This record gives sequence, structure tokens and C-alpha cells, in this order.
Amino acid sequence: MSMASDTSGGTAPAAQAGEGTSQIPVLECRNLSISYFTRAGEIPAVADFNLTLMPGESHGIVGESGCGKSTVALAIMQYMGRNGRIVGGEILFNGRDMRAMSEEELRLLRGSQIAMVYQEPMASLNPAMRVGDQLAEVPIYHEGASKEEALERARAMLESVRLPEPERILRSYPHQISGGQQQRVVIAMALLSSPKLLLLDEPTTALDVTVEAGIVDLIREIAAEFGTSMIYISHNLGLILETCDRITVMYSGEAVEVGTVEDVFEAMRHPYTRGLFASIPLPGADKNARPLIAIPGQLPLPHERPPGCNFGPRCDYFKAGLCDRGEIPMLPISGDDRHFSRCLRIEEIDWHAGLGEGIGKVATEKGDVVLKVDDMTKHYEIEEGALFFSGEAKTVKANEKLSFEAREAETVAIVGESGCGKSTFAKVLMGLEEATAGKVLLGNVELGHMPVDRRGPETISKLQMIFQNPFDTLNPSHTVGGQIARVIRKFGVEKDEAKVQERVLELLDIVKLPRDFALRRPRQLSGGQKQRVGIARAFAGNPAVVIADEPVSALDVSVQAAVTELLMDIQRENRTTLLFISHDLSVVRYLSDRIVVMYLGQIMEQGSTEEIFAPPYHPYTEALLSAVPIADTKVTKRHIVLSGEIPSASDPPAGCPFCTRCPYVIEGTCETEPPPIREFQPGHRIACHLSEETLSAMQPVIQIGDGTEKGDKGDEVSPAAAAESARRSDA
Amino acid sequence: MAVTSLSPPPVPLLKRLQKPRIAALIFAIAWLPLMAYVMAGDQLGDLEQYVLVPAIPAVILLYLICMAAFRESWIALLGATLVFFWFFIAVAAPYLPLIDPNKPIAPFTTPLTEKSGFFFWLGTDFKGRDMLSRTLWGCQRVLVWGVTATFVAYVVGTAFGLIAGYISGWWDEVISFLANVLLSFPVMVLFIVILNYLGPSGFNIVIAVTFASAPAIMRIVRGLVLDVKTRDYVFAAQTRGESALWIMVVELLPNVRGPIIVDACLRLGYTTVAITTLTFLGLGLQPPDPDWGLMIKESAKTAMLFKFSYMLLIPALSVSSLILGFNLMADGLREMSLRD
Amino acid sequence: MVKLIGRRLIQMVLIILVASLLLFAIFDTPEFKRRLAVQELGGFAVSALSQDAYNEWLARRGLDVPFYQRYFNWIGKIVQGDFGFSYEKNRPVGPLLADRLANTGILALCVFALMIPISLTLGVLSGMREGSGLDRSITFLSVFTTSIPEIATAIILTVVFALGLGLLPAKSAMIAGFDPWQLVLPVLTLVIYDFGYVARMTRASMAEVMTSQYIRTAILKGIPYRRVVMKHALRNALIAPFTVIVLQMNWLLSGVVVVEVFFEYDGFGKLLLEAALFPDVEVVQACTLVAVVVAVTSQIISDVGYTFLNPRIRFS
Repeated sequence: MSMASDTSGGTAPAAQAGEGTSQIPVLECRNLSISYFTRAGEIPAVADFNLTLMPGESHGIVGESGCGKSTVALAIMQYMGRNGRIVGGEILFNGRDMRAMSEEELRLLRGSQIAMVYQEPMASLNPAMRVGDQLAEVPIYHEGASKEEALERARAMLESVRLPEPERILRSYPHQISGGQQQRVVIAMALLSSPKLLLLDEPTTALDVTVEAGIVDLIREIAAEFGTSMIYISHNLGLILETCDRITVMYSGEAVEVGTVEDVFEAMRHPYTRGLFASIPLPGADKNARPLIAIPGQLPLPHERPPGCNFGPRCDYFKAGLCDRGEIPMLPISGDDRHFSRCLRIEEIDWHAGLGEGIGKVATEKGDVVLKVDDMTKHYEIEEGALFFSGEAKTVKANEKLSFEAREAETVAIVGESGCGKSTFAKVLMGLEEATAGKVLLGNVELGHMPVDRRGPETISKLQMIFQNPFDTLNPSHTVGGQIARVIRKFGVEKDEAKVQERVLELLDIVKLPRDFALRRPRQLSGGQKQRVGIARAFAGNPAVVIADEPVSALDVSVQAAVTELLMDIQRENRTTLLFISHDLSVVRYLSDRIVVMYLGQIMEQGSTEEIFAPPYHPYTEALLSAVPIADTKVTKRHIVLSGEIPSASDPPAGCPFCTRCPYVIEGTCETEPPPIREFQPGHRIACHLSEETLSAMQPVIQIGDGTEKGDKGDEVSPAAAAESARRSDA
Repeated sequence: MAVTSLSPPPVPLLKRLQKPRIAALIFAIAWLPLMAYVMAGDQLGDLEQYVLVPAIPAVILLYLICMAAFRESWIALLGATLVFFWFFIAVAAPYLPLIDPNKPIAPFTTPLTEKSGFFFWLGTDFKGRDMLSRTLWGCQRVLVWGVTATFVAYVVGTAFGLIAGYISGWWDEVISFLANVLLSFPVMVLFIVILNYLGPSGFNIVIAVTFASAPAIMRIVRGLVLDVKTRDYVFAAQTRGESALWIMVVELLPNVRGPIIVDACLRLGYTTVAITTLTFLGLGLQPPDPDWGLMIKESAKTAMLFKFSYMLLIPALSVSSLILGFNLMADGLREMSLRD
Repeated sequence: MVKLIGRRLIQMVLIILVASLLLFAIFDTPEFKRRLAVQELGGFAVSALSQDAYNEWLARRGLDVPFYQRYFNWIGKIVQGDFGFSYEKNRPVGPLLADRLANTGILALCVFALMIPISLTLGVLSGMREGSGLDRSITFLSVFTTSIPEIATAIILTVVFALGLGLLPAKSAMIAGFDPWQLVLPVLTLVIYDFGYVARMTRASMAEVMTSQYIRTAILKGIPYRRVVMKHALRNALIAPFTVIVLQMNWLLSGVVVVEVFFEYDGFGKLLLEAALFPDVEVVQACTLVAVVVAVTSQIISDVGYTFLNPRIRFS
């Protein structure tokens, strides 16, 4: 569910406008400019940044990597590192300019008035200090509390961020608790002195999506309970929608649009914001009927920004002579509450013209079964102590009885969080591991027990892979062309050297890269370009099946769309079977025909995309659907937050792997017996102990409706939202 | 790979010479004659007089290339200047107007004095041999044996490191254990034991240095390989059905090169120290040809007066300057690699 | 943890066994046996010996039995404390080695006592503010001093302080009994050569910690900078230097040879070199074995210490 859609709407802007005149903003950035000074000279990171944050307000900053959003957070903390410096403007905290404060004044402010939560909780906690000692420092140094008193406060705070066994956690070192728990500890640390302002820098990016949902929930409650003002930095528009009142969209070091979440999401007034929304797969987008529209071009490097509008070279509405001259100011949008856009053509652009429908494509006919996985099981034996002490062997059940099939030209998505066994499955398929039991059939060749060195080039070339991390996928020491050519030669697609080169250039054409990239080295390419080369390499041997392991998750949103579309086009062209491994249900919903949901090495549910997104659900699928943030004000979600964390794969529960977190758990059954697999529709299978009636009676999680309908929320109003409206009525 | 349809944009000459292959070729032109001259000078016959001629312009060119490549780091520049100074002296020594370094003329002549019709800039030693000439000639042997020994140690260490890191399993257990055994000997003790067994000579120094350094190099390479082998491009090569040898040489080796080069510079310093020290201890290169360690050894008993301390100071400062050069170069290279 | 120490101990014993086997094997050649005969009987007597008489001598010395038996005899004697006989010094190796080790121990103790505080202080100061003027000077100083080999440092110090200024004795033979002044130059030489390396390791470790995210957390938590450095940074930054310092034992044993020979200090290193040049095989073997045991022990201490200091490993 979306808090913004049921609280603010029409009321919040008015309320805030009223407050704006009487109250001092908690934080105000005025024309803030920040630069980094390197060997190459001054690199402007952020320019002309303005922000006003009222008490109790939460403000989102969204943008792609390199847009300067984290720099803003660190500038607010006055922690710029050795080579960063504020070169212009001011930062007012409660009306006082922070730039004029002494080091000691800043210290007294940090951690007590302003606190921060970081992206990587593990790295943010001191590995050699107990959690309790790290927490206790805050009351000790800010309020002069005694050690016992401070520890007691820490324990109470751990309880209020809902950590189980706070006593044990106080005594633990950071590495002894899970990632989600670490982030709760960091949040507890930030809250210990009841700060006026909380900065959250991508606080859930490093976490699994179901764990993320819990943290987001917690953050919302904090805002309500403590009345803290928040700045929430994220690259994910959906998360901002769920947590914030107002939003700043940043692009290439500048804020391009500022306004309430409703205004920006529903009536955006900057071409970049619009492009951003068009390139994320929202419910309703469809790979055939309504494909994504990518923003053309690339983010400019900080020292290569164009004159005038930074977005100009990528903008459809670019007008030479107007958009490439001088500084472009933030212009107010009349009629909206403090809604600004850095665009000179606001009045000229027809914002209601729709985002320009993408060119619809014809759905491909699915062919015969190409890949058949039958009860495939992979166990690892871990022996403790390699050489001298042979301890007891442990079995890790990485994959347990996987069965599914994929047809020609079909996209099958494998969805799961960390530890679900999807990468082990890819390794077995690619021949780097042997299956413990069961079969994997490619055509009629059995692959499960045939390691790659026993496979012929014919078989190997039929099955290729696209990797997740664009910085790892290409060997930095060899040219792009050389790496593609190697595949062509290795698989014997072409023998003649001239023809190999010809084919390399053709492949570059196919992935829409200039031909002279053949001579370049990977470090001269951007992430998206590297991923395109990875795709070219995977398709060089004319494969029948391509495994794509989160191929776009490491890329920026605007690049993701282009790469996704490219992949779809090539697949259509070649009638390739695509196994798309992902944790992102939005992308999966957009591009896949069938979905396999995995948890801790087992398939929980599988079926067509429509079947997965509609009831009956497996309880895990239900939670997963609810956890994925959706950047659409018209979408309402049922609110399901899982407790706990994903168990370790080396020590899974005996019965259903999901029983430790399942809200529907049947005591005495789920923990001990493996769940039965039931088929609801042909091909739609759920592995669950719940009765057919219970499963069938489930309500849909995601509903797409008109944004103005807010009546049927019922008990789903979040505590944060309730408190928010209560606070407003007080004022 | 070559794509004929494309013509690269024009590049300045020095930049083009920085390409690894061309730089390696120039290095070979400078290095191989020097190696032949020092290791097998007797067998060269009449050629001995001319063999180093092409090396002189090659060294100068190589220095210019390094200057261009290191221009971002003054530390590396300073280091390269020191190293190339001695490299130049090593190849140019036969053609410089120097007094025969082995000819006894006037014993205990202090610097900047004239005696027996010769002017001694740096004086003479206890046998009356010209210090300047001995110091300049002395760099040849240290440089040649030091670089050769380090190179051989690197080839051996890298090969084992690649195998231990990539193939792992029992190979790793065995190689790592043997490396641990060798590393458990303090370096100088290992040198003394090996040279005591093999007898003192340049080639035996190469063997001793290999035994002493290769295990440490192997450990470094192994560590780097363990990191690089988790990268997706290695995974891609494996799933393409590439052989282990191909993956080690083509996929892994080029990507562990950077840190290895920095370490090699440092280790060149250590090896130079080791060779000089061994010669001083009487276990290394043998008289009468000049050598810094030897000069110290010979003067250690006789020059124990402040007046004659130049006999000790000059070779000591010379060897220090060469090692400083290697270390500064390593430091600069590391600094430059961290910036990228 | 206990398991880890146990595994390390077993590994240590194995390493020492293999090292001793190597050591025994390379000196177990006919040539070295003949040299031993020359040392015991005199060169003239040996050349006059018939083959039979020589074989008889071999049998009397227990040198005619198979290799493995000879090895176990040798190891057995060493375990019982019998290290053999030094023909050069004309006394049993055991007590000789003990004397020399004690001398070297004094030297090493002084070196560590000076080097550890100097290098840690400089390294921490340098790493705390990476890139500052102080950092640059300390870094350059440490590169500079580690670039001058011990032999050159020894010469320069001798020339300046002994020959030039006449403040200190040039040699450390201690002929007229123990004289602490004679220790000054050898100790200084080793400290000057060694401190730079440890300082640089400390600096690197400190610099890495200071740029880490948990230091950022600590600073942004608003605790005083002093406490950030003392409580958060140092604890983590000193783990790496600790292992380096312990492993420095190995380097010190190398440096000790040069310094002891140059300053004529009667220590373990000088004994080893003299024995190697003589050659006094049993002394060489005994010295090397002791050096290996010291080096391996220091490695174990460093490993175990590292695990103990690093809670990430200690509790997992």
C-alpha cells in the first residue's frame, strides 16, 4: 500500500503551505554548490541545490548514480572528505548556517540533532566493537549518561526497532548478526538521541526485498512516533512513494524537479522525470503491447556537462538556442504547492500527450519444449577442516527437486532472494557443477551429469549466459572485439578469419553499438555498453537457451530499459529461450511468460505470469508481491511484512523451507513435513500445506485503480500515516 | 585483433612507443647485449668491444618512454632517473674515458688528487685502483644478476601461483606447503645454506634468489588469482569450455599483472641488497672484477680511518641510490595505479 | 579457535620436519663427508687413508647406514640436545649456540624495544591524515631508510659516529667484557633499516581504517575525534602491524648476519657465516634449524594473534 496516496493527496500541500509561514524549517539548503578537487582540477558534483524541510516532513531525493544525491547528504553532515568542499550557498539547520559552525559545535549536532543511516550496514558498524558499546556511545557522549544507563537505553531502543533478543544483540559483534538486523542496529543508533533530522542514504539497497519491506515499515513508524524530519535518498521511485511527502528529482548534479510526491508522480513537469517513469516497468506495461521507452544517450560525466540544460542532449524537446544557453533556473509550476522544474519549456510541452506509446510488437508463438528440468537436486558437502582435522561433514541443499520446463522463444523467470539457489542452478546448467540427482534435458541431451569439459562445442554453444555485474562480465585486458571473436572461433561458427571479423561487427550492429567498439577495451565503455557486449557475446554462438542472471539490476534505471528492450528484440528475432533470473518482480512481470518462484533451494510456486500475480498465491509469493515497491500512485497493495530473515542454506528447516517466516504457518505440520505440490491450473503449481480452499480464498495483493479512490483502505492505513494525520490536526 | 576497416587516429611518437610490445622490444635491445657482456664476456671475442653500442641509444630511448609514462608521479620519475642513470652507466662503461678498474696505480690516494700522472676524482683503494672507475664498472654485475635473478624468481613464482590459485585443491595444498617450508627459512640463512651448498657464483645467486623469493611471489599471485577467478569473465570462459591453461594465461595473467609489476620493483631492490650483502659476506660474486659489495668487503678492514672512509662510503651510497631508485619507482607506480 | 591453533601446531611440526630433512639432505653428500673426515683427522691423514680405512672411519662415525637412518640418528641427537661438534671453534655446538643466541637475543630485544614504538607512532600519525605534509615526510623518510641496505647504514653510521666524531666504538666485539656502548651502532643500524617497513604497513592499515565507513559512522555519531581515533580506529588499524612486527623476526635474523659480521659482534649470525665459510657443517645445520624454529614459531604467534585480535575470525 502506499502511504502517500492515502494521506497527503489534496490535504498535505495546503497544510504544509500553512506551516511554512509560521515555522522555521528544520533544514534549508540555499543555492548549495559542492565540488570535488582532484588532480584533474575542480569537478562540480552538485550545483544550485535548494531544499526546504519542515518539521515532521519526509523528503525523498531520487536520481541515478552520479547525480549527486549522496553528496548532498554528506554535505548536510558537513563530512566531505579531504577533497570535497562546499563552494557556494548555505545549509541552515534550524535557521543556523552550518558552514559557520566550529568543529566542536558540529560534533555536538551530529548524532544528537542530525543522524544518518547508511547504505551498507555491515561496513558502517565497527567490526571490532560490540554492538552494545557502539550504541552506548551516543548517550554517553551526547547526554553524559553513565555506561549502565546508556546500555539500558540502547537495549530499550533495540526493542523499539523490533529486534528479537536485544540482550544477545548488545553483546554481539556486528558480523554475528544478519544484514537486516545490522541495519536495524544502525537505525537504533541514529534514533538514540531523538534527532530532529534523520538522513537515510539508500538504507535498504543492500538488503533482500522482503527484509527491505520490514525496514521501510520501521522507517515509516519512526517518522510517526518520533516526529522526526527525514531525508530519504534512493534510486527507487517506488520506495520514495512509500515513505515520503515531498520529492526532489536529481539529474547530473542538479535538482530538476521538486514538489509533493503527488504532483511529481502524477503531473510531472520535467522531461527527465517523465523519461524516468517511462523507463521503469510499472504494472500495466507489457513487453508486446506497451514496451518500455528508454531515455536515449548517456549520463554526461561531471566535467563534460553540456552548456545550458544538462539533460538537453537526451531530451526530445531540446530546442537549440534556448536550452543550451546559460544557467537554467528552477521555475515554479503555477497552481501546485512549491512545485518547481528546471525546464524552460514547461508551458510549451504538452504534458497530457501521454509518454508516447512505444511501438507495439507482435507476441511470439511459443514452440516445443527446449529445456526440461526434472527433479534436479544439488547438494554440497562441506567438510570442516581441510587437511588435518576432518570434522563432521555438513550438507548444503542448494537445489532440491527442481522441476520445470521452458519452450522455444519463451521467457521463463526464476525469482528469488539471496540464498534461493538460483546461481547454483545456473552453475549446474552451465556444466560447472554436477547435479546430485535428477535430470536436466536440453533437447534430448542430458546435461545434469555432464560437466562442461565433456560437452561438445555444439552443446556448449547452445546454452549461453549473460551475467549480472557489467564490471565483471568482460575481461579488462582484452579488446571487446577479441572477446567476441574468441567465442565465434571457439564454437566454430565461422572458421575463416575475415568472416570471424565480419561476424563480430555484425554482432555489434545487433546490440546497437558502434563498430569501432571492437577495438576498445572494456574500461572505455559504460556499464550499459558493457552489458550490450555481454549480450553480443552470449548470442555469438547462436544459442538455443540463454540464461540471463539479473542482467540489468546493476544498471541505472534509464539504461535498464534500453538493455531490457534490446534483449527482448534479439530473443524475438532468434526465437531463443530465455531463463531470466531476477529478484525484481516488476521487471519479471513485464517481460516473462512464465515465472518460477524459489525460496531456499526449492520451487514454491510456478505458473504463467498472470497466474503468479493473481490468487491463489503461495504465502511466500504473496509476501514477495507485497514487498516490491511500485512507483505508481494508482496502485494499492495489501500490506504484508514478513518477520525474521532468510535461514542459512546449510541449516534449512526440516519441513517447508518458508515455515520460519510464514504468516499462515500450521504448527506441527509445516516444520516437519515437506509441503505437497498441488496443480491449480495446468502448469500452475504451488508447494504448500494450506488447504486448496484457503489458498483459493486469498485476495489479490496488487490492485490497479484510480489514484483518487481511497475509501476501501480499511484497516490497511499504516500507523505512520495515521500519526501523520493526527499530528496535522493538532497543528 | 585487427579490423582493417578502421584506422587509428594519429598518436604522438612517445605515446606509440609506450605500447607494451614496442617498449619490450626496446628493452630487449638494451638488455640482451648487457646480459651477454656480463655473463659471457669471455666467449664474445672481438664482439665484446662492440656489443654494447646499440644498447646505449636504446637505454636513452627507454628512459624517455618512462618519463612520458610516469609524468603523473614525480616520485616515479625520480626513481626511474636513478635506475636509468645506473642502467646507462652499465651499458656505457666500456666507452667512457675511465682508468682500468683493475689496475693498481697509487694506493690510498684521497679523492681529488693527482698521482702517478692520473687525476683521481674519487681517490683510489688500498691496492691503488681508481675508485671512480671501479664504482661505475661495479654497477654492471649487480644490475645484471639482480634483474635476472628477480625475473627468474617471478617466472617460477607466477607459474606456481597461477596453478595454486586457479586449480586449487591438492595442487594448492602441496604448493602452499612447500612455499611455507621455504618461507620458514630466514632469507639470509637460506642464501647462506644454498650458496654454501652450490658454491658462490652469479648463476647460483639466481638459483638462491629464486628459492628465496619465488614462494613469496607465489603467495601474492595466488591471492590475486583467488580474487580474479571469481569474476564473471572467468566464469564465462569456463562455461565456454576453455582449458585451464588458456584461462590461466589469457584470462587471469593479464589481470594480475599490475600489482605484480609494483611488487617486482620492490623485489628488485631486495635482490640488489641481497647480492651486495652476499658479496660482502664472501658468498657472492668473486674478485677481481669490481662490484660494490666486493669493494666494501675489501675495504672493511683497511679503511677504518676517517680519512679513508670514502672507500666504504662510495660503494655504500651507490648501492643505496640504485635501491632507492627501484623503491621510488615501485611507490610511484603504486600511487599511479591507485588513482585509476 | 582451539581447533585452529591445533591445526597450526601440526602444520608447524610438519614444516620443521620437512625443513630439517632438506637441511640434512643437502649436506649429506660424499664431498661433505670427506670434508668432515679432513676436519677430524687432518687433511694429510685423510689423503693417506686407504679406501677400506676411510670406510671404516665412516662406519665408526655412523655414516655408512642408509640415508633415513642417518637422518633419524641426527634428529634424535638434536632432540636430546646434542647438536654436534664445531671443529673451527673446537667445542660442542650446543653451548656455543646458546652463548651466541643469548647475544643475538640482547641485540634483537633492543631493536624491538626501539623499533615498535617509533614505527607505530610514525605510522599512525601518517595514516591518520593521509596526504598531509606530515604524512608525506614520514612516507618519504621510510622509503628512504628502507632503501639503504643494512651494510650501507652500518658504514654511514660508523663513519659519522665512530670514525668522524669518535663518540662510539666502531666495533662491537666486546673483547673486554660486555659494553652497552658497543651495542648502539648495531641496534641503530637494524632499527633504521626495519622501522620504515613496519611504519608503512601501519600507515596503510591506519589510512584504510580512517577512510572506512565505520569511522565515518563514529564521526557522524558526534563522538570526540580523540575517541574516534583511540577507540575505533587504533584497535582495527593495529591488527595488521601486529602480525608484521612478529613476522619481522624473520627479517631480523637476516639483517643480524650482516650487522654482526660488520661490527664483529659475537652473535648467532656471525657464527652461522663463519661456520658456512669454514665449513663447519654441524654448526650450519644447527644454526639453520634454530633459525627455522624461531621463524615458524613467530609465524604461529602472528597467525594466532591475528585471529585473536580480529573478532570477525575469533567468533565464527
